[in-house]
Amino acid sequence: MALWARQGCRWSCLLKTAVAAEFARGLRGRSSSTAQACRGFAPLALLPSRNYILPWRLQAYRHVSVGSCSPPDSAEDGSFSSPESNLPSLVKQGQAKAEPLPDLNAKILYEDWDDIPPSSALEEISEEEAVQIIAEPLLPLQSSTLRDYVDHSETLAKLVHLGVDLSQVEKRQKAGQLLLTLDFEKDIRKILLFLKDVGVEDNQLGPFLTKNPYILAEDLEALETRVAYLKSKKFGKAEIAQMVSRAPYLLLFSVERLDNRLGFFKNELGLSVKKTKDLVIRLPRLLTGKLEPVKENLQVCQIELGFQRNEIQQIVFKTPKILTASKKRLKQTFDYLHNIMGIPHHMLTRFPQVFNSKLLRIKERHMFLTFLGRAQYDPAQPSYISLDQLVSLPDEVFCTEIAKASIQDFEKFLKTL
Amino acid sequence: GGGSPRLVLWTGPNVVSIAVRGPRFRRLKIGAGHRLDVKASGVFVLGIGHGNKLLTDLYNCHLTKVYTVGGLFGKATDDFSDTGKLVEKTTFDHITREKLERILAVIQGTNHKALLMYSNIDMKTQEAYELAVKGLIRPMGKSPPIITAIRCLQFALPEFQLEIHCLHETQQYLRKIVHEIGLELKSSATCTQVRRIRDGVFTLDDALLRTQWNLRSIQDAIWDCQLKVKTELEKTLG
Repeated sequence: MALWARQGCRWSCLLKTAVAAEFARGLRGRSSSTAQACRGFAPLALLPSRNYILPWRLQAYRHVSVGSCSPPDSAEDGSFSSPESNLPSLVKQGQAKAEPLPDLNAKILYEDWDDIPPSSALEEISEEEAVQIIAEPLLPLQSSTLRDYVDHSETLAKLVHLGVDLSQVEKRQKAGQLLLTLDFEKDIRKILLFLKDVGVEDNQLGPFLTKNPYILAEDLEALETRVAYLKSKKFGKAEIAQMVSRAPYLLLFSVERLDNRLGFFKNELGLSVKKTKDLVIRLPRLLTGKLEPVKENLQVCQIELGFQRNEIQQIVFKTPKILTASKKRLKQTFDYLHNIMGIPHHMLTRFPQVFNSKLLRIKERHMFLTFLGRAQYDPAQPSYISLDQLVSLPDEVFCTEIAKASIQDFEKFLKTL
Repeated sequence: GGGSPRLVLWTGPNVVSIAVRGPRFRRLKIGAGHRLDVKASGVFVLGIGHGNKLLTDLYNCHLTKVYTVGGLFGKATDDFSDTGKLVEKTTFDHITREKLERILAVIQGTNHKALLMYSNIDMKTQEAYELAVKGLIRPMGKSPPIITAIRCLQFALPEFQLEIHCLHETQQYLRKIVHEIGLELKSSATCTQVRRIRDGVFTLDDALLRTQWNLRSIQDAIWDCQLKVKTELEKTLG
């Protein structure tokens, strides 16, 4: 019992600095009555309607941090931990609930006025009581990581159970703040059910939310409209699921934006509707990325690399990644392939995957083959080596099959470069 | 690289905080050894963590480095390498291997004098003689670049390849040497390749290829070289 009284005394400090006008009368000066008043608050912590109480306590906390009345590092009772658990989730929300509060508290305050005798915070306590005081640090009102709130927020806990990597999410702008203000049962659950409906796998939900936490703030109807739009464009259910999984930002785009982008690709590339859809299904990132670099890449292919329009169409259809590749790398790879290895345009059109591979790999393997005298890329000649085998095979297979040498020889050769 | 996010679910309080920490290793202290410029290739020594201190100690040992330098007669460029702007073209048919080796001997001789001078050893003493016999004389402080040995590995006009043992050098200095060799032979030469095959105790065999840049290989490489480094440091620095 004495424990409660001590807690009450600390609260008295808080109350003195609180700017809650309703309590001004009861709080000035008289330590005994304030102690009793505070004693009244201890049982309030256990009331089921604690949602109403907390915003008030929140004000008290705020003033604690501004003023210097009760030092946060002094020992505080374990009963503080339960109210704290809902604090952060109500940081932004709870203001509206402050109104019903004053009447409730004022009534109970006056009822318990004469119950408990006062005791001062400086009274000495026995060893057993001292040991029973559980000191928990205050939750910070502001923090740069979600780690501080994770223990006390069941929303965050459930997200982690799903597989969301909070250390990545907190790096994004405002995403951490968003997650703290959402409630799992009310908001997040229906979005998750919607995603499952669209076809995102259960084990993919975590990584999906890690990359795109903003979807949890979207309006459910807007999301459903967008999926309906995709279905109206004759994308199949499995295809939509694939696109959404691989490009998590897809459903954040409005219907007009999606329409514009699909139209853009159809016009720029000059492909048929079916082929454009196929392209977008294989690389859904095209729809969510910027469009300027894609245009520039197409210009580069046409003007600087000298491919014809139909060749570009073929290349893009086979390896859509070319549209998002860096221009400098594209130019360097082409320069080496065409000028130094001597491969003509039509061969490059047949094997566009060479543009996706690392230039260093192409260089090393080509130099090794030249050293062995096996660098033969013309299909008309004997012992021809196809370009896709040159780049796509792993090192061991490349050495034994294509170069007909051992991998140690290859490594030794590499060390001479 | 670092560890994957710690998604370990234990029972009890504070369950979730552990799972939110993120990768354990975010930063590693890595230091580089002797410089290797962009156009050159070869052995490049890096130190991780405590290895940085060992790097400093190795630097103070002043061990020689060995390079293979490729050259091409008939051209002179502004930055002495084959990617520079062409300045002059000359004939080179009169050059023979003997003439080249004569020039190399001259270079070695002048550099040897410089070596003795900067080593601050009185050549008239017995211990100096013994050190010289063992080949252990070298400057233990700052000095300009010194070539301790130079020889011709390959000679096929217009190309040639040299092996150079040197101290306190830069790769550009080696390219300049190639250029000067061309001038001495009354022609011109540019450097086509500079490759470090040895840096102190580290050789090409210890080096890791790009495909071997992973944790396992790096750990093995550190382990294998540990003894060599320790012995050398004890021998030189005591």
